[in-house]
Amino acid sequence: MSEIVAKVKQKQIAQLIAHGKRLDNRGITDYRDFQIEAGLIEKAEGSAHVKLGKTEVLVGIKIDVGEPFPDTPEEGVLTVSAELLPLASPSFEPGPPDENSIELARIVDRGIRESKAIAVEELVLEPGKKVIVVFVDIYVLNHDGNLIDASVMAALAALLNAKMPNYVVEEGEVKKKSGYTQLPIKNHPVSITFAKIDGKMIVDPWLEEEQVMGARLTMTFEKDGNICAIQKGGGYGNFTVQQILEAAKIGQQKSAELRKLVVKE
Amino acid sequence: MPEKKAQEKQKLIDKEGKRVDGRQLDELRPIKLEVGLLSSADGSAYIEQGKCKILAAVYGPREAHPKHLSLPDRALLQCRYHMAPFSVEERKSPAPSRREIELSKVIRESLEPAVFLEYYPRSSIDLFIEVLQADGGTRCAGITVAALALADAGIPMRDLVVACAAGKAEGKIVLDLSDAEDKLGEADVPVALMPTPEEAITLLQMDGNLSLEEFEQAVNMALNGCRQIYKLQKEALKAKYVPLKEEAEE
Amino acid sequence: MPVFFEKREIVTPGDLIAEGDYLAGENTYREGEKLYATRVGLVDLIEKTVMVVALHSFYAPRVGDTIIGKVVELTIAGWLVDIKAPQSAMLRASDVFERSFKPQRDDLPSIFDIGDLVITKIIAYDRTRDPQLTVREPGLGKITRGQIMEITPTKIPRVIGKKGSMITMIKDYTGCHIVLGQNGVILISGKTPENEQLAMMAIRKIDEESHISGLTDRVTEMLKKIKGSDKDAGKEGTRETETN
Repeated sequence: MSEIVAKVKQKQIAQLIAHGKRLDNRGITDYRDFQIEAGLIEKAEGSAHVKLGKTEVLVGIKIDVGEPFPDTPEEGVLTVSAELLPLASPSFEPGPPDENSIELARIVDRGIRESKAIAVEELVLEPGKKVIVVFVDIYVLNHDGNLIDASVMAALAALLNAKMPNYVVEEGEVKKKSGYTQLPIKNHPVSITFAKIDGKMIVDPWLEEEQVMGARLTMTFEKDGNICAIQKGGGYGNFTVQQILEAAKIGQQKSAELRKLVVKE
Repeated sequence: MPEKKAQEKQKLIDKEGKRVDGRQLDELRPIKLEVGLLSSADGSAYIEQGKCKILAAVYGPREAHPKHLSLPDRALLQCRYHMAPFSVEERKSPAPSRREIELSKVIRESLEPAVFLEYYPRSSIDLFIEVLQADGGTRCAGITVAALALADAGIPMRDLVVACAAGKAEGKIVLDLSDAEDKLGEADVPVALMPTPEEAITLLQMDGNLSLEEFEQAVNMALNGCRQIYKLQKEALKAKYVPLKEEAEE
Repeated sequence: MPVFFEKREIVTPGDLIAEGDYLAGENTYREGEKLYATRVGLVDLIEKTVMVVALHSFYAPRVGDTIIGKVVELTIAGWLVDIKAPQSAMLRASDVFERSFKPQRDDLPSIFDIGDLVITKIIAYDRTRDPQLTVREPGLGKITRGQIMEITPTKIPRVIGKKGSMITMIKDYTGCHIVLGQNGVILISGKTPENEQLAMMAIRKIDEESHISGLTDRVTEMLKKIKGSDKDAGKEGTRETETN
């Protein structure tokens, strides 16, 4: 549920956007500054802390051994979950995951899974019996808008940073040998989120823009520029086909730019 | 055993461009709609689309429970999308899964723009979608049938909302994916449309891998499917009243 | 200035009814030059107003309406009443006691308890608060006997008929005392259960067949058939409903 935004502020935001500008002086296709730090949680197998403007998300990766899903006996397992911590926003309450945190986790999951970012076929220890399970946990620390893009970037940075122990199967038992291997990452999904305000599509909405937007459109692109996930959400609004197709073009470009922040070529 | 598995890998599209169930690439599954079949609910509707069987019911507008969820200036639309344990191949636990929670949210968001929520402040409109049998495309069929249940309940709407998915299977863009095509195919793009006053897309999701051109093709194909189903929705709403009128005029 | 439908044709939400200088009557909305239906119903044009008579809708409270509701909760302010509308209605204790509620002296349940049906009137209602009720006028108060039935609220005018002709006919044939709540809740109280049943049948018929022409004749025929042509047979000794 959105917090009530003062009508005067709503007008201000809409007027600026009509002139292609926003409250913090950005253009409508400009992102806030990204600050990315990886590997800060040593006990996790992978981690990354992302600041997108004042939005802060921490992603931790834990690696374990488990059973594969019955219909994919020769693939490792990916599990993504998200927590909107109560300390991150006055509107987040403690308790089991609500629809917003579930949606966030599933959008990030879709980006990773559909782009085949993790080479899950390389995560099999004993086909049908033992595989590597990758837990991606998204921890939202501060909500100042666009949790989705911040989380997708943090998840990508954490995955690129993640190392798994060298597991071997000896006499039917899984043992850890010394040393670590980089988690096999083959693709780099990046999401671009648009908010529709007064008929205009702006990227990377910050908190107050999110509170006045009609609707939000997130498109996740894999490294070759193809689309691997889309989610329309938030607000009572909608999009025309033209707006969606234009957003796709802009999104493809922007995602290539943002990808460079995390993936050093 | 492994040899048999290789043979069993299903071909989705044959040499003549026909799909496993005999459909053309841009053909909808057979659809049956019925309105007002449940007596207790304020509004109800039922859809069969291919093998999908989905029931929708609406209560309200009524007092919001719990009260603190109610909104001061408009009605609350609450939506529960739920699958029966026997609706899928392997029994599904009755407890709401994360997928059902996400779908409940996106379905609600696809219908909110159509309902005149601002007419009923502090009240709640409760929508229940029960999937009795699933075979791909349940969220789209769910939206199509939910819109009918809302209209049947007499809730004022700007227009009906209709939904349909398109996707990619074995390299071809296809309309209205069945479960097999969704699982084995390369992409799925569900779309919901509110045609009036201007065509507005109220649900859009995608998973898979599509180039921008393929995405555009898929969206346009899905919209065509929506427009066809929209006509069936209108007929279904009128069908509830027309027979009585004809009978009396004889 | 085009109208896109024939009179009394069935329309559905989103159907384009008219374009141009028309007024948007009930169950329609205007977007620019175009007028659309918001509900399933029969479209009609009266002078310059397009409207849709909804085939199914729920009660929208109006100040001045007499309605029948059910007490569902006792609060510090009075009684919360379910009037079959999107919001519950409030009957303030001050309306009955003519001063504010004193918990030590006053016993709300002794006046109206949870589950009681009341004939009441709406004295206030707007977007900022729930409907406010009164029982202070004659004919209002607790219902203690009779049959209750519920029909679609928009059909109440048909049950009344032109200048009350329909409801008068039903009362004459059945000898029942009938209170029509604008919210579709109806109280029927007669000398015998058969009379009450007959009145209910007639009203039920109006609810279900109002969109088919020739209704008045069909109802008259049904009443004649069951009661015989002695339409004053039920008139003796009708009982009034007790009110507090």
